[in-house]
This record gives sequence, C-alpha cells and structure tokens, in this order.
Amino acid sequence: MDQIYQLLAITLGAILANNFIFSQFLGICPFLGVSKKVDTAVGMGIAVTFVMGLASAITWLVNKFVLVQFGLEYMQTVAFILVIASLVQFIEMFLQKSMPSLYTALGVYLPLITTNCAVLGVALLNIQENYNFIESVVYGITGGIGFLLAIVLFASIRERLVFADYPKSFEGFPIALVTAGLMALAFMGFSGLSIW
Amino acid sequence: MNFGKQLKEGLLTQNPVLVQVLGMCSTMAITTSMANGIGMGISVLIILTASNVVISAIRKVVPDKIRIAMFIVVIAGFVTCVDLLLQAFVPAIAASLGVFIPLIVVNCIILGRAESFSYKNGVVASFVDGICQGLGYTVVLLVMCFIRELLGAGTLAGFRIIPEQFPIGVLTLPVGGFLVLGFLIAAMQWALSKSKEGK
Repeated sequence: MDQIYQLLAITLGAILANNFIFSQFLGICPFLGVSKKVDTAVGMGIAVTFVMGLASAITWLVNKFVLVQFGLEYMQTVAFILVIASLVQFIEMFLQKSMPSLYTALGVYLPLITTNCAVLGVALLNIQENYNFIESVVYGITGGIGFLLAIVLFASIRERLVFADYPKSFEGFPIALVTAGLMALAFMGFSGLSIW
Repeated sequence: MNFGKQLKEGLLTQNPVLVQVLGMCSTMAITTSMANGIGMGISVLIILTASNVVISAIRKVVPDKIRIAMFIVVIAGFVTCVDLLLQAFVPAIAASLGVFIPLIVVNCIILGRAESFSYKNGVVASFVDGICQGLGYTVVLLVMCFIRELLGAGTLAGFRIIPEQFPIGVLTLPVGGFLVLGFLIAAMQWALSKSKEGK
C-alpha cells in the first residue's frame, strides 16, 4: 500500500506541483520552439512522454547493471546521453518501418528530443532521488504528461496571442516568456498540494 | 582574425541567450544568486571553448553523417571533467547547480555553435568564437542574477542590500525567471531595432 501512495505522490508531483517546465525548468527549448500551434504541440508532447518513459527505464537499468556494477558512476552523463541518442534513433527507425502514420505525425520532432533536457534530466533525477525501477518509469511517464499538459495549455494561449495588442519589442519570445511566467505563477498554486 | 567583430557578435548582435534564444533552461533555472551565475557562466565558457577547439580540430576526419553523435560525445566528455572538478573544489556551488551541470551536455548553445561555427571554421577562429559566445552567455547570466538576487532576495553575492521585509520574493521563484528573461529579451529587441533605425 505504501508503494501505491508513493507512486501517486510521484505522479501528482511530476504533473502538477513539480511540473518539469514550470518549476524545474527542464525542456524549455522545445516548449518555446514547438508551441505555436496546438496540434504540433500535442505531437511533441506525446513524443516526449514516450521517450521519457522509455529512457527512464533503460537508463535505470544501465546505471544499475553496468555503471554501478563496474564502479563507473562518473561516466553517468556520457553513458546516459549516448543511450538517449541511440534510443531516439532506434525509435525513429522502428516507427518508420512499422507505424508509418505515427512516424509522419511525429517525424520532425523525434530527432529534436535527443537534446531535450527533460529527457536527460529525468534520467539523472531518477538516480539522484534513488528511485527504484517502477518509480523511475512512473516518474518518467508522468513527467512527460506534465510536459504535455504544459505545452498544450501554452500553445492554446499562444494561438490567441496573435490577436493581442502588445508593444512591438515584445514580439516573439518576450511575450511568450511573460505568458509562461504567468502560467508558472498559476502552477505555483499546486505547490502546497498534499493528499495525505 | 576579427576578434573585435566576434566579441561584438557574442555580446550583442548575436548574443546566444538574448538574440539566438538558446540555452534557456539553465539561464532561467540557476540565476537566483550571483555565485550560481558565476559558477555556471565559467563552466559553460570553459566547456564551450574546449569543445569548439576539439570539434574544429577533428572536423575533417569525421564523416558528415555521424557528426552530431560525435559532437555530443566530445561535449559530454568535457562536461564530465568540469562536473568532477566543481564537485572537488567548490562543492557548495556544485550542490546548488545540481542537475544543471550534467545538463550542459544538452545545452543548445554548445551544440549550436559546434554545428554552425566550429564545424566550418579553423581552430583559432573557433577558440575565439567559444570565448566570445561564452562571455555573452555569462554576461546575461550575471545580469539576470543581479536583478533576481537584488530585487528578489535583497542580497548581492550574499550581502544584504535591501532590508528583509522589502524584497519581491516572487522573483527568486520560477515565475521570476520567465518574467525577467522575457523583459531582458524585449529590451534587447528594442535596443537592436533602435540602433538599426539610427543607421
């Protein structure tokens, strides 16, 4: 039972209270870059969720059975980024062969995910927080869902921003950042969230 | 060699953070105190310069297809070195920067410069480019740290400037990162458009 509470706490934390974008600042580049339209934002969010879940599982196994086993913890960064890069490449090849429709939907975003700091970030945080295998996978997937939630909300606001009247020097990124700041303020409301 | 021009590009017209809008995660996350800003800025400066030099030195022997993977391995190597050095000599800064030091690997500034500059230019030019772009990044970090630490916490490099009851605490929270950076980029766009009009 404790395990289930723990998993629920991780889930709520990753989606709301410690949202990857709004409170941990991981994955800001794709968040700002691919949020001009809602449907591309949804595609990116799903791709990131998928890769984050898989990457958490594989990096956890690599860390436990290769790095710790041979006393190579200091190689963590190098090992993880290689695992993630090859994982993304592999997923791309797999989708291309077996699910071409999903591949064309995600196509452009997949290679971008390698340099998404949320993916490497979740792998490193799993190790830092001493999560076990299941907790790591849950944290990866729910972190991705948090990212999906943030980017979809943000894209919907940005679509409306086109009609807004703001100073000329705020065009592009500044107004997006101010919007994101206000959203972060709203998400701060979740920080006091505790269920039990 | 055009050091002055590259320096001007790094600091102003092609500033990595304010104009190219790269490397946002670390810029917003760690700029809550001057000490963090200096630690992060110098780390990125060193890694950027070193990886620029190595990548431009080996650019002719690397096949085009695997260049991105190679960039990442070179960068990850230097990041690991800097991470270990920081943990050994300044553990306090290493602890407060936390996960953002290993995350320099995926900092778009470094990969961006590797792809757009050092892969196409000679060793010396890449070295200068690394220093100029690194300085541009560091200066922005320090400006953000200055604003957020002074107004948010009321201190500067640990010394109290504004009495405890006045600071705007929200600036040290994530919200402050987004807002301060948004206003800085807006100011930069305004200044650049003004200087264009002047010419």
